[in-house]
Amino acid sequence: MSAAVLLSGISLTATANPSTAEVNTTGLAVTDNTVKVGILHSITGTMAISEEGSVQAEILAIEQINAMGGVLGRQIEYVQEDGASDWPTFADRANKLLRQDKVAAVFGCWTSASRKAVLPIFERNNGMLYYPTFYEGLEQSPNVIYTGQEATQQILAGLDWVSEDKGAKTFYLIGSDYIWPRTSNKIARTHIEQHLGGQVVGEDYFPLGHTSFNSVINRIRLRKPDVIFASVVGGSNVAFYRQLKAAGLDMTKEDFTLLTISVTEDEILGIGGDNIEGAYASMKYFQSLPNENNQAFVEAFKARWGADAVIGDVTQAAYLGPWLWKAAVEKAGSFDVDRVREASPGIELTTAPEGYVRIHENHHLWSKTRIGHAQRDGQFKVVYETEELMEPDPFPAGYQ
Amino acid sequence: MPFSSFKEFMPRQDLLSFLVLALVLLVALPLALDVMRLNQVGKFLSFAFVAVGLVLCWGYGGILSLGQGVFYGLGGYALAMYLKLEASTPENTAIQTTPGIPDFMDWNRITELPWFWEPFYSLTFAIIAVVVVPSIVAYLIGVAMFKRRVGGVYFAIITQSIAAILTILIIGQQGLTGGVNGITDLRTLKGWNIHTDEASYILYFVCVALLFVCLLVAQYIRRSKTGRILVAMRGQEDRVRFSGYDIANFKVFVFCVGAAFAGIGGAMFTLQEGFMSPSFVGVVPSIEMVIFCAVGGRLSIIGAVYGVLLVSVAKTLFGESFPDLWLFAMGLIFIGVVLALPNGIAGLYANWVAPHVDRLLDRLFGKPGEPRIDVLQPSSQGASS
Repeated sequence: MSAAVLLSGISLTATANPSTAEVNTTGLAVTDNTVKVGILHSITGTMAISEEGSVQAEILAIEQINAMGGVLGRQIEYVQEDGASDWPTFADRANKLLRQDKVAAVFGCWTSASRKAVLPIFERNNGMLYYPTFYEGLEQSPNVIYTGQEATQQILAGLDWVSEDKGAKTFYLIGSDYIWPRTSNKIARTHIEQHLGGQVVGEDYFPLGHTSFNSVINRIRLRKPDVIFASVVGGSNVAFYRQLKAAGLDMTKEDFTLLTISVTEDEILGIGGDNIEGAYASMKYFQSLPNENNQAFVEAFKARWGADAVIGDVTQAAYLGPWLWKAAVEKAGSFDVDRVREASPGIELTTAPEGYVRIHENHHLWSKTRIGHAQRDGQFKVVYETEELMEPDPFPAGYQ
Repeated sequence: MPFSSFKEFMPRQDLLSFLVLALVLLVALPLALDVMRLNQVGKFLSFAFVAVGLVLCWGYGGILSLGQGVFYGLGGYALAMYLKLEASTPENTAIQTTPGIPDFMDWNRITELPWFWEPFYSLTFAIIAVVVVPSIVAYLIGVAMFKRRVGGVYFAIITQSIAAILTILIIGQQGLTGGVNGITDLRTLKGWNIHTDEASYILYFVCVALLFVCLLVAQYIRRSKTGRILVAMRGQEDRVRFSGYDIANFKVFVFCVGAAFAGIGGAMFTLQEGFMSPSFVGVVPSIEMVIFCAVGGRLSIIGAVYGVLLVSVAKTLFGESFPDLWLFAMGLIFIGVVLALPNGIAGLYANWVAPHVDRLLDRLFGKPGEPRIDVLQPSSQGASS
């Protein structure tokens, strides 16, 4: 299968460019030499800090693809729009990209709220969105390829690991108060109680941007859980980890385990490596992955965006977007969204920085889940990875 | 009959402004723009409802509300709730744990439709709620504030806090409200797909028609005795009170009217965008709405509409062309308007264009125009209406 895909890709790029009329029957912005795509992230507002890495990764991928000769012999031109951390603006700009710019694909969105805002627009105009963030699942649109992990992929492997490796029995769930942490904890609680024989001793939510965690830290000290399972997002993380350390809950001492599904290398820049040293994160990608693909990717990323750049899970997932799209277009021999969609399931990337990924029938990626141990320098040391690829299961039976 | 003639209700300069605006919105824009851009203009116009209300409250009554987003949001959410229930049929939501309730409730482990959602199965109820709910909230705020003679900066701060409170409430109660995602994926209105090109055209014209209804109501108020009392109140509140008027009632009234307008605007946004978000309810969008009004000219209801269009179009074009710079460009425009044009675009028109138009009209119709009744210099004419 993999050889066939790669070969067909090579043979198509090697021959003369197929005619535009042939590869574009639906009026997309494709000329004999170029094809337009969209990049839709927040570059202003509160989400800009998180989405910046995704924009950089997508631009890097596009530039690399262009340097290799483009897609079906066409250079990719990107139209970048600013979602401004505002969901209606995301919807408005998505509409513009699809209807006015006629882009062949859009790489974008970060928060679930922005994805939910643009989803009906992509379905109505039959666009294609490559969405990079790990997210809550419960969604499967024919017009979206989800390049991040859905909740079960990220959570189940992490909980299994902490149960086996650390012998954990009691869990305290803490998260920011919106759809992703709530859904994640629903899955986590079911898994802990029904599959691991463990016990949830507390579950708390805090508004986005909340900065005072002392009361919950006191409850944690009283109930002495083996594991704190954290899905606190954004700026709240800074306060949470600093207060945890200040309260004497030292994660380097191993008398409890903190397992987070929301802290990547990007967030550690704000939290500070010394405040989170010793925590574990369950993700599919860490910048420190030792494989060759990743070393080349990290090198290229730093060469393009500066030696200080860090690469988190979402940034890597965003980098996959243009490559997956290129592979699907070449397999389909067409930019038409319907044909790209048909060609997508089964597409695989052996060159992915995370190692290897394949698109599932349900538009999510098969991927491995890894556990990283946070180091003082802000990087993670990978201590475990699943042997098999985790199957994406956006509507997990028994967990809803 | 409060007006002795049509001319008293609508002096010819005003009539001209109304006609030009009608020409722009009903003929020029639909001919010039494709359906996607027209839909965008329709969404911009939904803010014009708020701006027209603000002209009455702030420009005339001197009540600066920094919480108009609350009313815009209430109107928008009222209609969104109806549309969401219509979209959440048991067939459409078959994969949920509890089919037949909105998807976000299911994600939040709610298994039964909350009581306050029940009435929104009725379109009639939803349409009434779009106007009445914002008005009731405005009435309660108004009575609580104005009867106690809270005004000026204090009133502005309180309305701002109410906007902040409502945002926190909506985001915090995500199982009941859709939280930070808002209410998304609205599809049909009584089975009519609101996302087709045809629907976009129709909704645009409905939006413009409703805007003109609001403009006429606003015109009626500003030309009536109430309008004059509002202006007097803005200038010297105590003198009006000593003359025997109940100041609070006039303030409550005009605040409610502004809220009702905003509610209609919110509902029109929901219909044209296909979703409603808490990001319109908070402090920042509420202040943005005041800026729309300031740019247009806070003394001119027609100017407010142009203000909304100009700022929104600038925001969109800058945003599309210079994603990195557009916020700065917007800031510069606002500073420029405040420094150079205290009465906004309408002030510019009144000073430089209106005299020429007046002279032209005189020449065309061969009679001197009636003395212009300007809110800045109230004349005695029409005071006995």
